[in-house]
This record gives sequence, structure tokens and C-alpha cells, in this order.
Amino acid sequence: MDLEYTTQEKSFRDDIRAFIRQNLPKDVAAKVLEHKRLSREDIIGWHRILHTRGWSGPTWPKEFGGPGWTAVEQHIFDEECTAAGTPPVIAFGVRMVAPVLMKYGSPAQQQFYLPRILSGEHWWCQGYSEPGSGSDLASLKTAAVRRGDSYIVNGQKTWNTLGHLADWMFCLVRTSSEGRSQEGISFLLIDMKSKGISVRPIALIDGEHEVNEVWLDNVEVPVTQRVGEENKGWTYAKYLLTHERVNIARLGESKRELRSLKAIAARVPSNGRPLIEDVRFRDAIAAVEIEIRALEFTVLGVLSAEAAGRDPGAISSALKISGSEIQQTLSELKMRALGPRAIPHVPEALDAGWQGEPNGAEWWAALSGRYFNMRKTSIYSGSNEIQRNIISHRLLGL
Amino acid sequence: MQFEFDDEQLSLQESVRRFLTERYDFEARRGCLAKPWGSNDEIWQAFAEQGFLSIGLPEAHGGIGGATELMLTMEEIGRALVLEPYLSTVALCAPLIADHGTESQQTELLPRVAAGTLKLALAHGEADARYASAVLTEARRAGDSCVLNGAKTTVLDGAVADLLLVSAKTENGLAVFLVDPNTPGVRLARYRTQDGRSAADVFFKDAKLPASLVLGNGDATAALERAVERGIAALCAEAVGAMEATNATTIEYTKSRKQFGQPIGRFQALQHRMADMFVQATQSRSMGILAAGRCAAHQNGKAGNETDAELRRRDVSAAKYYVGKAARFVGQQAVQLHGGMGMADELAVSHYFKRLTMIDMTFGDSTHHLGVVSDAILLDHT
Repeated sequence: MDLEYTTQEKSFRDDIRAFIRQNLPKDVAAKVLEHKRLSREDIIGWHRILHTRGWSGPTWPKEFGGPGWTAVEQHIFDEECTAAGTPPVIAFGVRMVAPVLMKYGSPAQQQFYLPRILSGEHWWCQGYSEPGSGSDLASLKTAAVRRGDSYIVNGQKTWNTLGHLADWMFCLVRTSSEGRSQEGISFLLIDMKSKGISVRPIALIDGEHEVNEVWLDNVEVPVTQRVGEENKGWTYAKYLLTHERVNIARLGESKRELRSLKAIAARVPSNGRPLIEDVRFRDAIAAVEIEIRALEFTVLGVLSAEAAGRDPGAISSALKISGSEIQQTLSELKMRALGPRAIPHVPEALDAGWQGEPNGAEWWAALSGRYFNMRKTSIYSGSNEIQRNIISHRLLGL
Repeated sequence: MQFEFDDEQLSLQESVRRFLTERYDFEARRGCLAKPWGSNDEIWQAFAEQGFLSIGLPEAHGGIGGATELMLTMEEIGRALVLEPYLSTVALCAPLIADHGTESQQTELLPRVAAGTLKLALAHGEADARYASAVLTEARRAGDSCVLNGAKTTVLDGAVADLLLVSAKTENGLAVFLVDPNTPGVRLARYRTQDGRSAADVFFKDAKLPASLVLGNGDATAALERAVERGIAALCAEAVGAMEATNATTIEYTKSRKQFGQPIGRFQALQHRMADMFVQATQSRSMGILAAGRCAAHQNGKAGNETDAELRRRDVSAAKYYVGKAARFVGQQAVQLHGGMGMADELAVSHYFKRLTMIDMTFGDSTHHLGVVSDAILLDHT
């Protein structure tokens, strides 16, 4: 047992850190750290910078053009990136559809899509949830009917993240209504420029545009854009979920937000003294710091088990529950640290470079909206209640 | 970085578990509970024969393994709810002797620990201090002797110890005295504890001890702090074993207990509670590994400076806070899910609950350790 990184891991970390310091645009980092609005170009731009170094697919094996990092190295890379305030990896392509294509895609699909994910040419989004199919995803109704060498797809997807920016969507569709509902689902890759697709924004709790409804009206999808076999899509969708083992904990981001919370508590006055001197508030910071420590060493334990060739199983459900609760607590404490300044709604202050009144809004205006927004973390990717079902069924045998 | 245990470590843990399953099941433990102080000399002797009392001792004195082996053993001690003074003797006092004692003290005492002929207890806490390490007990030098005055409260395993390690103020900082409880001027008020063990309050009234009974040389403040940290790491591991067993027994119970025509474990309200209990026990184990790892780093001589001591202090407190809070949650919920049977003495769950509760109350409860981390955050800022 050794809690410290090896010399090799430390030097890996130094390389990553140096690259980020030299290449991450300062204005983009500031936007990320202050929760300002990011443009598509901010995100793609950083992705391209990583691509020049061969790091745009940090989880990818070498055979598909990735760096072939170990799980611990991927973890270090993520920690360094989030700490420095890089834009997020475009997860739907790099982390979600790509592993499915690597395992189940045809050689032609691998050769076409994977390099374009790496280069940033294709931005992917996800077509999973439907108005009537949330936690019970397998009940989905969007139908794909075979006609010659194509499927004709009709239906409605929802909670589609950043689809208005996307070039491609991986989509679960119903190709059969025989047998169990899981058995009639196929996994299609759909060009967002296809005729019959319309993307409509969903107004969200914080007033920002993040998710969409996607309507599919007689959309023609060539059969060559189906991954794997017809009616086996549920298997691929499940593989995609289990592939996301530890990233789901959002550990790096929470460590960064903890530092930011402390900085805010040191900056905000309370009765003329820095808020951080208030024991009652500081104890709440200490409590979440310890929760993060517990999550961190659980994540490291999982990485260590994987490195030793053991399958940590459904433990990712535990990481999801703890990680999301921590994200929510941090965003709540950052808002509460503001006191009365949590109240004003100044959406224009979310654009970088904005200055005006109320005074200081350029640094605090994002925090209440972010608190509202982070309630999503216990709802998405399998709600925390679903995760508890998974734990009790798979780990506890109940 | 790697958190895996090697085969030797896992087989040691397995052998402790097997021994306790065979010799110290719940009914055998009930027999021990009925003894005056909960301790059973036959079991202690068997521990010695199995080598369990040598774990973590220096190799030069017949020891085997280190902080990791001790952690894995303490998990089993917790799983079996062992009442013996294992924590006090093997996890707290013997390492303090190894850390601060002179070579001849180590040679004299540690082999007796390993042989099972010397039970030890740490007499450090005092009534006015609560969880702080504020010592008022005083040792005055008088020629070749020292005269002790003061009182120690809730000395765990003090009722069964052959030798007490007593902290006292001297002209040169803190010292630790090796005190035979039968020394004139020393009085013990022995009692049972909530979780079936024993403890004592110890009073010193002009107790005269030869100066040779001072442990080691020089101020023992840092050594005492390290000893308590090791004790906390061991308690965390004990709690992890107890929580895992509590969760297992709760799952079994909810699978067999039927109401409304089905096992109550089918009800989602109960399943989700048990999922939360599982998550907290799992993360407690991570924190136990963290605490043991920090203490091991010191023992291996890797981490000696003040920054490392500060990191160790903070992580050990973080672990004790997390584990203490989780222990309370798991214990309370296990009783709740057992319904009326949770209130009964008959099943193991009430015994686990009491032990888990008392672990939180020992060496600083979760509120105390939250304060340690919180104060460290303020120090970072200033």
C-alpha cells in the first residue's frame, strides 16, 4: 500500500501541468473558473490544442489514436485539467460514443468517426431520454422502420445536451416491439443536418440554453449508420454507461470548486470580518472538504483495483451518489457565502468582460444560477435513486 | 500509488478472521461479556500463540508487519466485536513504547506484550480536557524519584491492564510514566463501559515512582500525539469491520423478516437506506486506509517534518470525523431496519450499534475532529 504517486506518475503530472500552462488561453480559463458563458469555439479550440499534442482522447488506447494512458494517468490528466480551468472534454464524443464504436462499431465506422472525434470535426450529442422515458429508458418509443437500405426514424428525444451545437447524435430507437422492451432497441448514428430533424431549446431553471428537445420527422438514416446488430442497442448503451467508471465522481472539478469556495469565503465580509473566520460557516466547508477526501480515496482505490486487474463492479453507483451530492453542496455553499448578494439576477454579467452595476456582479452573478443548475447532478446519468437500486440489487443482493 | 494489499497481508487478515469465527462467535463473546471485565485470558493467550499480539511491533522485538497489517487485523477485531484490550495494548501502547521508549525498555516490555503476559492501557485523558490533550496531572522530581498527583478519566482497558502508560507534566514538558496499578498512592475506580468492555478512572495522590519508570527521554508531547493518531487509525479500522458486519447482518435480517406477505428487504425505502449504509461503510474504509497510510509513513521514517505532521493530523482527523459520522449513521439505521428486534439484547445488531457509538465518542467525536479540520482551513487562509 502506498498513498503517494510514484516518481514516474509525478513526472507525468509535471508534463501535463507544463503543457496546460503554456497552451491554455488565459481568457478561456478565466471563463471556466468564474462560470462564465463558454462559446463553442472556446471548447473546440481547447480540444484542437489537445489534439495537436495527441491528448484529445485522454481515455483512448493507442490503436485508435489515443495516448494509451493508464487509469491513474487519466485521473492525473483530469485533475490537472480541471484544476487549471480547461473547458470540459466534449464527453458525448470522446468518452461516450467512442468507446462503443471501438468495441462494437464496424471497421468502416471506426475509420470514419473516430479520427473526426479526435480532431474536433464532429461534435456529438446524445439521443436517449424521451418525454415518456426517463429512468425507465427501455420504454422508449422513437421508432425506426426499415425501408430498403435505410431506417425511417420518427419520434421525440429530450434533455439533449448541447445538441444545438452538435454535428452528430447517437440515438436509441425502437426497431421491434417483440419480447422485453430492452430487446427491441437499436443504436443509430444520426447526422444532425439530416432532413426532418428539428432542435428546440428547453428553457432551464437558470435561464441558460443547455438542453433541447430533438424532433425526428421521417428522418432517413442509412443502415450503415447502425452500430452492431439490430435490436442489440441496449447492450451497447449499457456498455457505454459501465465504461464511465470513475469520471462520474467529478472529483477534479469538486476539488477545484472547494478551493474556489474557500477563496470566496475569504473574500466576502461578514460583519466586517472575512466570512471564513465564522466558525459556523467554516465548519460547513470542513465537512465538504472531508467528504471530498473520502470520495478521493475511494476513487483512488477503484483505480488501484483496476490497475491490479480486479473489476470493481457496481461501485461507480456509489461514486455517482457521493460525487453528485458533493457538487451540489459546493454550489450551495458558494451561493450561501454571498449572503444578500445571492439574490440579484444579472444574466448579462455571465458574459466575459461585462462590467456594470450592481457592483461586483462580474464575479458573483453566476453562483446562484449554478446552484440551481447543479440540482441536475443527482437527476442525470441515472438518478441517485436509480443508483441506489443498482447498489441494492447488484451489490447487496436485495 | 497503489492501495492493493499483498497476498501475505490478506492471508494474515484471513487467519485472524478464521480464528475469530471459530473461537469468538457471538455466543462465545456472550460468555466473555459475563466475566467481571469482559476479558478472557484464554482468548488473550490464544492471540499470543497465533502471533496476533506481535503485529506492528518492531522486528527487532519479534514484531510482524506494520500499520497495514494492524489495520487489517483491527477490521476483524471490529467484525467480531472483540472485548479484549487489543486496541490499547497492541495499537496504542506498544507502538508508543517502540516510538519513545529506550532500547532497554523496549527489550523488557515488548516481548512480554507479544507473549501475552502484559496488557497495557494509555492513561492520558483528563476530566477537564474533554478531547483536548491538556494534561494537568503533575510529576514532581524528588531525588531519584518522581511524585505523581492528579487524575485520569475513562482510561480504556484500565480495569484489566497490568501496566498503565500515564502522561504527566514535568519541568521538561510531558512525560509518560510506566505505572503498576498496585503502586501505593495510585487508586483505580474500575467500571464497565456501554459496549461491554471495561475502563477505569485513575487517581494519583503523592504516588512515588522511581525515575527509571519514565518512558524514554525528553518531551513526549509529539510521541503522545502520534500514539493517539495511531489509535484513531486503529479505531477507524475497527469501525469499518463493525460497519461491514452490521450491514451484512441487516441485509440478512431484511431478507428473512416477512411483513405484508413478503421479505421487508423487497421494500425500496429499506433498500435505499441499506445502499446509503453501504456507501458510507465503503468510503469509511477508504478513510481508514488513508489514516493508516499516514501513520505508516511516519513509522517507515518517510515523513518526519512538521508539514508531514500537519498533513497527518488533518487527514487522521478527517478520517475520524467521517468514520465517526458513518458509524453513527450505520448503527442507528441498522437498529431502525431491525425494528423491535433492533432494541433487543438478543441479536448482534444492538451490540454493534453500541460499539460503533462508543468508537465515535473515543479520541474525539466527529464534532471535535470537524473542528480540527475547520481550524486548519483557517490557518491555510491566514
